[in-house]
Amino acid sequence: MAASTEAPNASEYIVHHLTHLTNKAQKSVIDLTVVNFDTLFWSVLMGAIGCFVMWRVARAATAGVPGRFQALVELLVEFVNDQSKNIVNNEESRKFVAPLAMTVFVWVALMNSLDFLPVDLPAMILGVTGLDHVIHAHRIVPTADLNGTIGMSLGVLVLMLYYNIKIKHLGGFVHELFCAPFGSHPLLWPFNLLLNLIEFAAKSVSLGMRLFGNMYAGELIFMLIALLGATATWWGFGMHMVVGTIWAIFHILIVLLQAFIFMMLTLVYIGQAHEGH
Amino acid sequence: MNLNATFIAQMVVFFILGWFTMKFVWPPLMKALDDRAKKIAEGLEAAEAGKLALESSSRQAGDEITKARSRAAEIIAQAEKRSVQMIEEAKLAARDEGGREKAAAKAEIEQETARAREALRDQVAALAVAGAEKILRREVNPAAHTELLSQLKKEI
Repeated sequence: MAASTEAPNASEYIVHHLTHLTNKAQKSVIDLTVVNFDTLFWSVLMGAIGCFVMWRVARAATAGVPGRFQALVELLVEFVNDQSKNIVNNEESRKFVAPLAMTVFVWVALMNSLDFLPVDLPAMILGVTGLDHVIHAHRIVPTADLNGTIGMSLGVLVLMLYYNIKIKHLGGFVHELFCAPFGSHPLLWPFNLLLNLIEFAAKSVSLGMRLFGNMYAGELIFMLIALLGATATWWGFGMHMVVGTIWAIFHILIVLLQAFIFMMLTLVYIGQAHEGH
Repeated sequence: MNLNATFIAQMVVFFILGWFTMKFVWPPLMKALDDRAKKIAEGLEAAEAGKLALESSSRQAGDEITKARSRAAEIIAQAEKRSVQMIEEAKLAARDEGGREKAAAKAEIEQETARAREALRDQVAALAVAGAEKILRREVNPAAHTELLSQLKKEI
């Protein structure tokens, strides 16, 4: 399947597909001087497309009989608005949180949907246009990059801290960090603080990791299915089509489900920031 | 699974997109939804009011029809009574007229009879005088026999 002259073996193929387009090779696990251009490009493009389409609908929205697309967007708006009303118990916060939740849903769904493009199509286009000399590696799904998902979940963490401080004020928030959930006895302070820090970390990491894991695994399985076709046998070719179709249909569910879960957890975490222990 | 500066950029994008939606997408859509909800509520209210108005006006129309019907019946009854009355009156008038004409005819007849009798009486007197003249073959002085003649006239 890979369009290069010397056919790579399976592990080379997969490693190539899991390499990001970066400004330089990353040596350590965390290196803040490295940037994944492909992740950024596709996530910004998907965010821009999603926001532009929603903006077009919003600008032409009428209170009269809505068109089909307007009705679809309104359905989404109503749904997100209802959810945020149930979860976030603050009128003022909802003015930002509800639109944010809708953006997150649309954006994540669009980014996840990039997984539906054939795994080798971007590389083929780059090869045909001759850009593969500049863009030596390229991953198209931003949510299959941990940076993409952790970036969003840290955004949610920032919002959690912001609303904790805004609603309970700094003193109340610090008091809660030390005195909940076990009690306000000074001996319990370290345990309370430790548990709260773990809770915040777990929320953020699990939020980012869940989406990343789902999309990364989905991408990997698409590659393995593509390798079936690369065996160039009738069996491989048939299985590529059958299994690829089944996995793609199943993946539609995962794409939307993960976007929905990310949106709901964003709402839930921010909603929890509004409630005292 | 390498973390790098990408996640910081992604976080910034996250907030920019959220801000954009809050600023430009959410308010017009919510406004459209709220406006439509209001429109629908108003429409339902108007429909309810229209239904009530229809009900009351149809009730009114029914009342009017009943009233008109009874009025018409009244008029017809009155007209019938009037016609009977008129016929009675006409009958009475005809009867009166007949009576009057009959009386007038009777009176005339009586008058005629009296006149005829008077004339007859005069003629008989003259005849008697002429008869007597003939009998007596001579001129009788009518003045001398006036008393006798008038007595005779009375006897006729």
